[in-house]
Amino acid sequence: MYPTTYHRPSSLAEASRLFAEAGDAAYISGGHTLLPAMKTRLAAPENLIDLRHVPELRGIEVTSENVSIGAGTTHHAVSQSGAIRQAIPTLAAMAGTIGDAAVRTLGTIGGSVANNDPAADYPAAVLALSGTIITDRRTIPADAFFRGLYETALEEGEIVTRLSFRLPEAAGYAKFRNPASRYPMAGVFIARHRGGEVRVAVTGAGNDGVFRVPEMEAALARDFSAGALKGITVSPAAMLSDIHGTAAYRANLVGVMARRAMENLGSAVAID
Amino acid sequence: MSSQDAQSLSPAAVPIRLTINGTERRLQVEPWTTLLDLLREQEGLTGSKKGCDHGQCGACTVLIDGKRANSCLVLAVVKDGAEITTIEGLGQPGNLHPMQEAFIEHDAFQCGYCTPGQICSAVALVQEGRAHTREEIREYMSGNICRCGAYTNIVDAIEDVLGQSSTLREAAE
Repeated sequence: MYPTTYHRPSSLAEASRLFAEAGDAAYISGGHTLLPAMKTRLAAPENLIDLRHVPELRGIEVTSENVSIGAGTTHHAVSQSGAIRQAIPTLAAMAGTIGDAAVRTLGTIGGSVANNDPAADYPAAVLALSGTIITDRRTIPADAFFRGLYETALEEGEIVTRLSFRLPEAAGYAKFRNPASRYPMAGVFIARHRGGEVRVAVTGAGNDGVFRVPEMEAALARDFSAGALKGITVSPAAMLSDIHGTAAYRANLVGVMARRAMENLGSAVAID
Repeated sequence: MSSQDAQSLSPAAVPIRLTINGTERRLQVEPWTTLLDLLREQEGLTGSKKGCDHGQCGACTVLIDGKRANSCLVLAVVKDGAEITTIEGLGQPGNLHPMQEAFIEHDAFQCGYCTPGQICSAVALVQEGRAHTREEIREYMSGNICRCGAYTNIVDAIEDVLGQSSTLREAAE
């Protein structure tokens, strides 16, 4: 890693100001994406701004309508939160399947969402749960946030402070993991919201990052059962293709994982 | 025991305080130094291994404030104030941790390179209390790769210690 200067702000305003003044800077939280990038010298920020001591990024708040999670909350903390497990059990269960136990100790929900890795789990959850991304500048609905591979609506220096989710009536998540990397090759998060809207979001499979499947959403809005998905396919043209699986293979996985998610509502299934 | 003395550090080094295996240490670290490199190069604790250096193999697993983490994916400066436990802090020859004894008893390694990370991870797994079956042990140990393929015996060793701890819990109740 190249030399860098470390900053430890104790407020959101201070973090934002440090970033603006630094010229070349990166925020660090869990560091599980940034550090590998720095080691391979794909990233070499002259300044590191540690968000772990910013109080605005902490805490989990659950009401009868809403779950609000501080961006600095680790995957481990989300998976073990009694309040989240009760409000949106699938979200807590999904957090418990991210990476491995050591990764979950340090990786954070805000980092995952801000990074928008095409194979990260959280983008699918945020999109299907119709989540809201709250930053130090504004509030961004999930549909306007994710913009392709590693691209988001975040502006330079903007900090994700919280993730907010309205409580669904039902939700399920299923993913097929690459047995070596354990990143999903297809992960499908399904949520039925009050008023009957169903949202289906897919991670790991698309060649432009997380995406929704309107045909599945319409079918599940009519009949919220695994059987309603029969015959619905996604086009291989929009799928990733690499040494781990062809586009056609991933397109098929999306259908299989959607059915598995529907068959396991209230939990998260990880298959490898 | 320091292979990198204070004079060789750059002026960018910052002071931090860590409790390493029960001993409080006041250290100067360059901000780009990982916890793993600090432990191995500055503190002479070479039990934690550098396998992939990218958080994929688990050979560098240590306990940070009691939770397992990949020490290669943490900057030391970020953990200012934390308590670190490495394989050296779990037990020593003649006074082994029950998990270390179980790994020997079950022949849960071949080359041994991944073993310190496996054992730190396994100790955390027992403390977390979420793995009860062999399948769950495998899932919760998935971050620790053994290229010799000693997984069956590793699971045997962990199952053994889990059994001991549940027996102890029942005895206490």
